[in-house]
This record gives sequence, C-alpha cells and structure tokens, in this order.
Amino acid sequence: MKPINQKAWWLVLPVVICVAFSAVLPLMTVVNYSVQDIISPERRVFVGTEWFAAVMRDEELHAALWRQLTFSLAVLAVEIPLGIALALSMPARGWQASLVLVLVALSLLIPWNVVGTIWQIYGRADIGLLGAALAWLGVDYSYTGDATDAWITVLAMDVWHWTPLVALLCYAGLRSIPDAYYQAARIDGASRFAVFRYIQLPKLRGVLMIAVLLRFMDSFMIYTEPFVLTGGGPGNATTFLSQYLTQKAVGQFDLGPAAAFSLIYFLIILLLCFILYNWMQRVGTADREGAGHE
Amino acid sequence: MNEARLRWRTLFLVAYLIFALLPIYWMVNMSFKTNEEILASFSLLPRQFTLANYATIFTDASWYSGYINSLIYVAINMAISIAVALPAAYAFSRYSFLGDKHVFFWLLTNRMTPPAVFLLPFFQLYTTLGLMDTHIAVALAHLVFNVPLAVWILEGFMSGIPREIDETAYIDGYSFPRFFFTIFLPLIKSGVGVAAFFCFMFSWVELLLARTLTSVDAKPIVSVMTRTVSASGMDWAVLAAAGTLTILPGAVVIWFVRHYIAKGFAMGRV
Repeated sequence: MKPINQKAWWLVLPVVICVAFSAVLPLMTVVNYSVQDIISPERRVFVGTEWFAAVMRDEELHAALWRQLTFSLAVLAVEIPLGIALALSMPARGWQASLVLVLVALSLLIPWNVVGTIWQIYGRADIGLLGAALAWLGVDYSYTGDATDAWITVLAMDVWHWTPLVALLCYAGLRSIPDAYYQAARIDGASRFAVFRYIQLPKLRGVLMIAVLLRFMDSFMIYTEPFVLTGGGPGNATTFLSQYLTQKAVGQFDLGPAAAFSLIYFLIILLLCFILYNWMQRVGTADREGAGHE
Repeated sequence: MNEARLRWRTLFLVAYLIFALLPIYWMVNMSFKTNEEILASFSLLPRQFTLANYATIFTDASWYSGYINSLIYVAINMAISIAVALPAAYAFSRYSFLGDKHVFFWLLTNRMTPPAVFLLPFFQLYTTLGLMDTHIAVALAHLVFNVPLAVWILEGFMSGIPREIDETAYIDGYSFPRFFFTIFLPLIKSGVGVAAFFCFMFSWVELLLARTLTSVDAKPIVSVMTRTVSASGMDWAVLAAAGTLTILPGAVVIWFVRHYIAKGFAMGRV
C-alpha cells in the first residue's frame, strides 16, 4: 500500500490550477448556456432542462450516436492489437530502432486537416495511389459514392493516423521491462506466448490503459479528418457525433441547444470511459492476484 | 530469438511501414508537382519536377512565420505541461491522499470534451484577459488536453519504478529535490521522452482552438494552411508542400527523444 500523505496535494496543486483555468471555467460557461434561451447577448431567458429534453428526443442524434459507437469500437478492435504487434516487432536497439521509431511516428505529425486532404486525393481512382491501385485490382471503390467504402476509408485513415500512438506507448512500455524478467523466463523455459502473456502484457497494463482510453475518447470526438475527406457523406454514413453537433451549433446559431448537446455528449464519453477504466483496472488486479498464487 | 520468428517479425514490420509511408509518399510526390499535373493524371513520380510550391512558402512571410508561431506556442506548452505534470505524477504514483483516485480520473475527463465546445468560452475568457492573438493564449488553451495526458503517461512510468529506490535514497541522506533530479528523473527518461513527444504532437496538429485564439501575430501554420482553400479552388500542391514541411519539426523532436523512448528502465543503473 502507498503511504498516506496529505502533503502530496501540494505536488498536484499546479496541475489542478492549470486545468481548472483552461477547462473548468470554459465548461461552466457551457453549463450556463445550456439552461438559457439566448435570443441576443442582452436578452436571455432561463429555460431549465428544456434543451436537454429536446436533445434526448432527437432521432438523428440517436443514429449518429450508434454510428459513433460502432466506429469507435472498430477503431479500438483494430488499433490496439495492431499497435501491440507493431511494438513487439520493432527493433530494440541500434540505428534500425531509431529509424523505425521516426518512420512510425511520421503520420502522427501531420495536421489533421492535411490528413483529410491527402487521403482525399490518395483515395481517388483517377489520380490517387490507393484508388488507382484498387481499381487496377478490379475493386469497385469510391469513397464519395458508396457508404460502406466511405466508412472503411475513414476507418483506414484513422488506423493509419493513430496506430503509431498505441505502438509508441507500448514500445516505450516494453523497453522499460528489466532484462532480469526475460532471463528468469528463459531459465524457466517459458514459451514465447507465456512471456507475452505473463511478463509483457501485465507490464504494459499502464500504457495500454492510456492507449485504450485515449483512442476511445479521441475517436469519439473525431471531426476534422472525416469532415475534410467525406463531409459526412455519402448520405450521412460518416456523419459522426461531433460533426452533427457542429452542424447544429453553426447551422442554427443556437447556443442553448448546442450547449445542452455538448454536455450530454461529454457525459456519454465520461460514462463509457469510466466503464472502460474500471473494467481494465479489475482485469489488471485479477491478473496480478492470479500471478501471485502461482 | 530463432530465425523464422525474426523473419516473420521483419516481414510484418515492413508491411506496416509500407502501409504507413505510402500516403506520406503521395503527399511528398504531390508537393513537387504542379496543380495541373496533380489533377490531370496519375503519375508515381512528378513529370515536371518543380520546387515552386516550396518557394511560395519560403518567400512569403505569412507562410513561414506560421511555422515559427506554431513552434513558439508548442514549446511553451510542452515546457509548462511537463513542469507541472512531473511533481503531480510523482504524488499520484507514490502517495495516497484525500481524493487521489478521483482527481486522477477527473484530469482525464478534461480531454473528453470536443474542442468545438470550448471555442466560444475560450474566446470570451481570453478576450477578457487581453490575451487574444498571443502565443501564450494558445499554449494555455492546449494545456486542457496535454497536462492530463502528461500526468497519466508519467504516472504509468513512475509506478513501474520500485518504491524501495526512493526509500534507499532517503536513508542515504538525499534531499527530495536532489533525489528527484539526480536519481529518479534519469530512471523515467523514457516516460519523459514519450510524454514530451505527445505534448508536442497534440499541440502541433491542433487546429480549432489555435485558429480561434489567433488572428495575425500568433497565427499558426495549421491555420495558414486553410488559406489554400479558396474560391478559385484548392491549391493542392502548396498544401502538400506545407504538409510535408509540418512533418519535419516533429521528426526532429522524435529524433532527439528516440533514445529516451528506446532506452528504458533496463538501461538505468539501479
């Protein structure tokens, strides 16, 4: 158990002040908007929970929410295993390690609006490499015309863009496992899988938790890339939650409902992350206790 | 490690790198073409190789000052994030205190709000404080997502260091600051490297907040880039050149922190 020390609060205080200034203050402003009907800056009417009720009844919102959930779960299902596999196969030392590290990280460094623009050309059958390659293989592919193609393209773009985040976190986590652990495993004659399951995976728990939560919440808020690539179409196959929110907020210039929407949006992410977090912690604790009995 | 496994591993790695680098290759390829060539035909290499797109960026002050502005606020943001996150992460990894678990999770919840939600409140807040269109405004705004991230990453790495090390150091007569900087920090180098890189990266590519909080003096490159979309159509070639140039500073950063990422605890002298 960690020793109890209330003075540790002094170490945490700077962080709390920073975050309170740049997050809590703005969030409170949003809460304030969400219960008012703002006709003009001078004329506001208190409406209570009216906006919240209206948002909850919105059918289109429900559809966008399901699309979003499916997308985020697909993102996790692809990026987490791929990222772990990538981290395991990256060289550990030497110039190869440095080179691979830099190459893998490149896609993270491109501004999000450029990511969408590049894929827009990249996916076109007439002038883009991906589109041309697929056409050459005889695949009928069009991210602007076909809903499934568009959805898969957005997913592929996200996998391309963000798998390195998972990989880099896992890679750094793997590198921090002391050699003694591997030596002990070698003496015990442990199989490759056993090393992964009982040494590497438990040691990666911390970084994996960060990776899963980050990818979940960020993919849940995905906006710029699909907006630039498909504009939410065809139809609304790739209109995810935050794009729907922006359509409402900008399209109708209605601060109250948009603020209520934002808060519900935030609460959904919060709830899902809380469930994920607790689940992963329980799995981790069970793992450690299991290992203790062996 | 046996031969067959090494070969599979390399094969997988090469396959991934091809998948990862092809879109980037396409962007670099586009940056050396003219707009007419990009839109008219498919070619693996530029037929009329041109540096005009890069020339546009390097000769126009509004373009290259965008890079400088971005670098300034990203550096400020990185410095603040790591400086406040280090002690906090240490506290979370070493001590129990009132509300520790709740505060820890609460920190991350600040990353869960779509940036679009913050636009108007931020605008009002920074206008009131007179910070609009300054580098510090963007750096402060980006703390929302970078500080929680840095705390979480650093806490993960610090928890991997056995507490006995702290205790031994105190018994040996080390003061807390001396212990922290000379013993503890070198042990979590890889964590600091990863955290610094992620702070850099998230702040560097963020568009919405940076664009809203600046107009002229601190206008970041991501915002300058949106200029390439105009009534006369997209300027794809210049956008591709600008995109290629935005990768470079980050590649330099990761080149510098690569040792911290690759050499973890295993290399530390404990």
